[in-house]
Amino acid sequence: MRKLLSFLFVLVAAPAFAPAALAQDPGAPDVLVRTVTLEVVDLISKDKEIKSGNKNRLIEVIEAKVLPHFNFAAMTGLAMGQSWNKASGEQKKRLIEEFRTLLVRTYASALAAFSEQKLDFRPLRAKATDTDVTVNVRVLQPGAQPVAIDYAMEKTAAGWKVYDVMVGGVSLVANYRTEFNNVVREAGVDGLIKNLQSKNRTLAPVAEQK
Amino acid sequence: MRHTLLAVLAALAAALQAGCATTGEGDPRDPLEPMNRAVYRFNDAVDEAVAKPVATAYRDVVPAPVRGYVRNFFGNIADVFIGANNLLQGKVSDGLLDWFRVVVNTVMGPLGINDWASEMGIEKHNEDFGQTFGWWGAGPGPYLVLPILGSSTVRDGVGTALDMYTDPVGDVDSVRLRNSMVVTRLVGVRADLLDASRLLEEAALDRYTFQRDAYLQRRRSLVHDGSPPRERLEEEEPAREPVNAPKPSSVYDGGDKNTYLPRVPANYEAVLAAGASHAKTP
Repeated sequence: MRKLLSFLFVLVAAPAFAPAALAQDPGAPDVLVRTVTLEVVDLISKDKEIKSGNKNRLIEVIEAKVLPHFNFAAMTGLAMGQSWNKASGEQKKRLIEEFRTLLVRTYASALAAFSEQKLDFRPLRAKATDTDVTVNVRVLQPGAQPVAIDYAMEKTAAGWKVYDVMVGGVSLVANYRTEFNNVVREAGVDGLIKNLQSKNRTLAPVAEQK
Repeated sequence: MRHTLLAVLAALAAALQAGCATTGEGDPRDPLEPMNRAVYRFNDAVDEAVAKPVATAYRDVVPAPVRGYVRNFFGNIADVFIGANNLLQGKVSDGLLDWFRVVVNTVMGPLGINDWASEMGIEKHNEDFGQTFGWWGAGPGPYLVLPILGSSTVRDGVGTALDMYTDPVGDVDSVRLRNSMVVTRLVGVRADLLDASRLLEEAALDRYTFQRDAYLQRRRSLVHDGSPPRERLEEEEPAREPVNAPKPSSVYDGGDKNTYLPRVPANYEAVLAAGASHAKTP
């Protein structure tokens, strides 16, 4: 059955999928996303501790492999929007720290739910001179529309850095903006820091809890 | 089925009336927030007491391949009106491909229990009447939380009523069969959302706000088939607009008055500078 189907598929759809043979620059943002994603997926699928539910080990992998490619200061600033200017330097540092922890723990949770779905890395549609691009990845799953994961990336002196992730068209950074602004309006910047801290405490992996 | 339909319409009418009575405080996209929050709490209680436990049991007891058959079976039925909505939006080839999916999956599935069409590279789409209205230019209107059905807007609520009215499962003659189909479908859908709802609980400071914003963003993206026009910069402090910040790649078209997507913030350069220094001193 599958053979027949793949044959039909080749007849019907192959022309549309003809790959543009492109020489790929290893420093390009789309290549970076693919390399890191495949590496992490591979690590997770092989790691027995992670498979048996060790959250701390998973977070270690994320910190080592994924985090260096994120610009958390930009993410925090974007999520804060107007409120960012109300924070002092010290407050900003703590906000970045707490938001980073929250995102990493949520990300670990999302990764833990990831099983062997197929990934489709879309070719980057940008000029070589662009410094702000969106890299598209799609998670394919039978019986449902593919889920688009878009990484908004900025070229910095330290290489390409992600400053927003959009899942199915929902920007993570934008989604925190209303919440953050509401808390800041009611309880100030310190209130938001406290709020994030207590949120993070409830998410802390068991071994870390005191 | 007709009763649910009436309930949805009644909720919409009530919402519209309440909407006229409310003054414009709080979030402009959500003038009915107090009522919505009450319905949200009700839905949450029902979910905790019934839907989530049943869906969890379904996921734990029914093997994954069988859950896949159930998902595909109802997905195949849904493709009929997904195709119709694509045609109503003038996306003829997408609509015809949706119907081709139905033919392939119904014949070879068999009965749609396998999604061979996706394996062949004919992707499933996500369309409904709410998106069709949006495609033709209808704005979302006030955010609404519908009883049981959850997040919606006035536009999408009317769309949902039409979706239900045209639902092929509603035409099944035997009441018993029809009801078990509706329940099975709901349980399957909720089971597929178990991971997402856990994530929502973990990620959100205030679940109501987080879910509302995610819904509104998601619907906006769906109406534009995944590539909505970018938002304009924040309006309040035009004087602070950065001089050298990268411009959004497409120009704001002025047609969609939502303002919840982030774009380059006023303090863009400061943010990037902070990022650079932060990266150097971990």
